[in-house]
Amino acid sequence: MSAGAAEPLLAVRGIAAYYGAIQALSGIDLEVREGEIVTLIGANGAGKSTLLMTICGNPRGRGGRIVFDGRDITALPTHAIARLGIAHVPEGRRIFPHMTVMENLQIGAVCAAEQDFEGDLDYVFALFPILDERRHQRGGTLSGGEQQMLAIGRALMSRPRLLLLDEPSLGLAPLVVRHIFEVIAEINAERDMTVFLVEQNAYRALGLADRAYVMANGEIRMEGTGEELLADADIRAAYLEGGHG
Amino acid sequence: MEYFLQQLINGLTLGAVYGLIAIGYTMVYGIIGMINFAHGEIYMIGSFIALICFTILGLTGVASVPLAILVVLVVTVLFTAAYGWAVERLAYRPLRGSFRLAPLISAIGMAIFLQNYVQLLQGARVKAMAPMVTGGFVVTEKAGFQVTLSYMQITIMALTVVLMAGFSLVISRTALGRAQRACEQDQKMAALSGIDVDRTVSLTFLLGAGLAAVAGVMTTLHYGVIDFYIGFLVGLKAFTAAVLGGIGSLPGAMLGGILIGLVEAFWAAYFAAEYKDVAAFSILVLVLIFRPTGLMGRPEVEKV
Repeated sequence: MSAGAAEPLLAVRGIAAYYGAIQALSGIDLEVREGEIVTLIGANGAGKSTLLMTICGNPRGRGGRIVFDGRDITALPTHAIARLGIAHVPEGRRIFPHMTVMENLQIGAVCAAEQDFEGDLDYVFALFPILDERRHQRGGTLSGGEQQMLAIGRALMSRPRLLLLDEPSLGLAPLVVRHIFEVIAEINAERDMTVFLVEQNAYRALGLADRAYVMANGEIRMEGTGEELLADADIRAAYLEGGHG
Repeated sequence: MEYFLQQLINGLTLGAVYGLIAIGYTMVYGIIGMINFAHGEIYMIGSFIALICFTILGLTGVASVPLAILVVLVVTVLFTAAYGWAVERLAYRPLRGSFRLAPLISAIGMAIFLQNYVQLLQGARVKAMAPMVTGGFVVTEKAGFQVTLSYMQITIMALTVVLMAGFSLVISRTALGRAQRACEQDQKMAALSGIDVDRTVSLTFLLGAGLAAVAGVMTTLHYGVIDFYIGFLVGLKAFTAAVLGGIGSLPGAMLGGILIGLVEAFWAAYFAAEYKDVAAFSILVLVLIFRPTGLMGRPEVEKV
């Protein structure tokens, strides 16, 4: 946040997105600065996952601009956006089920700008030692938590500048969730990784994030620091009480 | 027994040709979920390009047979692969994201177009080529019945084994193979990982057409008779082979090709040669009824 006037790493300006004729996002404005953890919270169906996918060019953003690292990426194809350094850990993890853990990680390294495959692999295995043990096992045979670790590991193998995480805690045991959030904090602190996190576990996400956006019905409704939103009465009523983390 | 052995050899040779073509069907199905009904015509075009190349080489008077075959193989594979690439680019890619039947209909249209294209350019008559590779081993002989394994048959089988082994290695060990499998399993995620899906699909068509081209060269050399219509029946049988092996499975396509070749050869030998096609296609029907995933296919994984 001290970056002040510096260009944000990711800037979304007035973006809308459609699935066929149905409008899923409208007038989205947000930014993520270098080194930040920014979280996006909101109810199911608010458009959080769509927003992350729109940043990656699928569906394509319309009516505005998405700028990453000073470059307009609004019209780029998905794979080209990935190659610029945006790694996406999507909803449902999307592990390649018939590939081994190792092969999944190799796919992750496809768009690593500088190649230090062994070094990156050691780093991922240090974060998630279980993946090392399972390296020859097929992705589809892993447990949910292990798949989430693999999905994050796969994303890290590409040496991203920006890590997009879509509900990494979904369907996981509390202990695993804690581990995942510790790792997110760790890569942010140690590698200065910029993270944009979508979470239904709003309490936990706001506690981790520097800043947060609140989404509803395809629009950004509110923004502020994690603490501000945690203290906000409306937010508490809508997202924190009842569904506590 | 001798008769059986001879038919085994003939069946394996035929099966090798089917297997090479079946790989193209199975790979394309795996990656974009469509049956490329123009693939048989790509094989037909391969055999015509081979014939043209042999004719040109014959005019220039290249004396060494192995050299001539090698040159023709390389040229045919290159040109045929270009056809395969162009078919995908022109007839299928613009329809991606359209309704499911659209590329299938386009494929049938492409098949008819390619048949007529060759018919117009090369004429409708059957083309024949004198065998270039003659001779072989006599495996056994009994009561005047010789079991022979010709040099040409050895060439076909050896080449097929080498190609399939090489191909399996490419798919299982190289970055290209991994990208290919990633696109097969989850195209959206592959793109998110930085894989250019369109390029990978193009390469798949190039590779499939290249293998069909080899089958075309072998057909021209071994059977020596081709026309603009051969792609239809051979294509359908290779497709049957791919379904039998389990569509989407590479080893399945190879196995299926060999099995269909054997069924055809033995049926023709012991039952009625006129009905050998019926035998092959009955297998298609039976597989679809009783084991739709084929011998080595995996059941659809439910996507969450």
